[in-house]
Amino acid sequence: MRHGKKRGVQHDESWIGGYRSYDLVKEFVVATIVVSLLTVVLAAVFSSPDEKQVTLARWAAASPNDFVATAVTELDGTSGTAGYGAPYTHEPSAAQKIGPLKPQNWPGVTIPVDTANDFVVRPLRGVPGDPALSSSLAQWSGATPDQQQAWASAYDDALQKATDNDPAKVAAGDYGPVPVMLDRLRAMAQSGGLDGALLAQGRFYQTDYTKPLLYLADGAYLEDLARAQHLGGDQWGMMNETGNYPGQAWLWLYTFWYQVKPFSTSDNADALVWGLMMVLTLGFILIPFIPGVRSVPRHLKVYRLIWRNYYRTVEAHR
Amino acid sequence: MSRELLAVSLNHPGHYVHWGVIQISVANLVVIGLMIALFALAIFLPFPQGRREP
Amino acid sequence: MTATTPSSPPGERSWTARTRKRAVGAFPPDQLLPDRQPVYVASWIYVFGVLTISALLVVLASGGILALKGPTWWHTSWVGHYVNSLHLWSVELFMAFMVIHLWGKFFMAAWRGRRAMTWITGAIAFLASIGTAFTGYLVQQNFDSQWISTQAKDGLNSVGIGAYFNVLDFGQMLLWHIVVLPLALGVIVLVHVLLVRLRGVVPPYPARTAEPPPADRGTP
Repeated sequence: MRHGKKRGVQHDESWIGGYRSYDLVKEFVVATIVVSLLTVVLAAVFSSPDEKQVTLARWAAASPNDFVATAVTELDGTSGTAGYGAPYTHEPSAAQKIGPLKPQNWPGVTIPVDTANDFVVRPLRGVPGDPALSSSLAQWSGATPDQQQAWASAYDDALQKATDNDPAKVAAGDYGPVPVMLDRLRAMAQSGGLDGALLAQGRFYQTDYTKPLLYLADGAYLEDLARAQHLGGDQWGMMNETGNYPGQAWLWLYTFWYQVKPFSTSDNADALVWGLMMVLTLGFILIPFIPGVRSVPRHLKVYRLIWRNYYRTVEAHR
Repeated sequence: MSRELLAVSLNHPGHYVHWGVIQISVANLVVIGLMIALFALAIFLPFPQGRREP
Repeated sequence: MTATTPSSPPGERSWTARTRKRAVGAFPPDQLLPDRQPVYVASWIYVFGVLTISALLVVLASGGILALKGPTWWHTSWVGHYVNSLHLWSVELFMAFMVIHLWGKFFMAAWRGRRAMTWITGAIAFLASIGTAFTGYLVQQNFDSQWISTQAKDGLNSVGIGAYFNVLDFGQMLLWHIVVLPLALGVIVLVHVLLVRLRGVVPPYPARTAEPPPADRGTP
């Protein structure tokens, strides 16, 4: 039984022009077969990228000086993570701003990270049979926070002045137990022990990689690898994939703002770009209600091409 | 491990095109170009019409 | 009316009967699955909606196979790596077809004639898809995941979202990617398609006549 008009509720604009048969189910079946075949072929020809994970072991082996230079900033509180602010540390002044607003601070510290203890001291406490390390740790915990800070800052400055940031080339100075602690941390990392310790945090099951990832991101090694593959923020990296694989072209507008002023030179770039994109996204969703924008298709007249047969028929009869 | 049945490996250093502030990978350019071509084809290619219904 | 399924008298208080009446009233079978369309539905641009849905099915199927053996399988098995490749390329096709569908719908101003919600659900589906793809990148457990997560955290943290949505937490991201977002996307796509069936395909802008063109509003 065929119905020319809809019963009950008026569902659509009453179309009183003609209809043609249109097989939706066949269209769907053909589309699914075509897409499946395309996928099977593309996957067979091009495969997918799988660049090897960076471990703390790999980092400490490939760039031991960068590893130690990062470790000392975790101790003296000058690393990216230590000075990050919410949600990791208590540093309200570190938050990015959108005008007078600091939404970064609103939820507070929900993922607490104590860089000195989580990344350095606690992992070292798990290393057995090393009297020099044990006495260094005892010296560290026996000292006042001010003394700990003085040692760590002094070593941090000295490392930055040393050739290649090489701990072996550091000038003599009062660094307390810090050089021994960081040397043992480097060795622990190179053996693979630090990857396990940072992830496990004393537990058995774990699925949260926050601490090892924050530590990796504080150093230069991970970023150097990324920039070599054009994945850096100022390289339109958000759109890119490793190797010659296509990336995420749909992120073009989001990453674009990071490439231009004022965002490219602003400390608040992330907050400003996110804020801007949230506004633009709302605009995109609400296009039907935005005067001017909703008229653009009528002015562009691409629709005259899409519906050219219809217009040819109708306008010939007028 | 990966096994590509045909040897079109994309696991080599990427090729990039620079134009002013714009940097885009050749891969992304190809994808976008194909999409625009597909859109143009969709609009211009004639569509087989079903029979008229009363 | 048959002997086995008597229809209820008018003024029926049964929730079941009222639900059935409303559902069938809104979507009579030959409107839910019509075998004809207005004559103006005659362009290849119209197939990109169904192509997007087909691609989504392949994404879900390949993702389902990946789920069978867990998130580390594809790193050590060439079969797993091939299934991962199926998942990647079906996603690329899905995003490409969806954007072409979006271009077509924009140039047709498909929100006209009380179809604003169709546009809105489509736009939200687009955004939900980007979010799903993003969490997918995060759970690959390779260098890509490490870099993307440590970069993305800054954007999310700067507006306070990162405090609750921790991109460095693999467990959380995996569950968002395979449970939360696909479910949300599925519901949005279902509503989107039902709206198209409810309102019908948007008619062309009026042909050239002496009268001025009507408004372009999404609602009359």
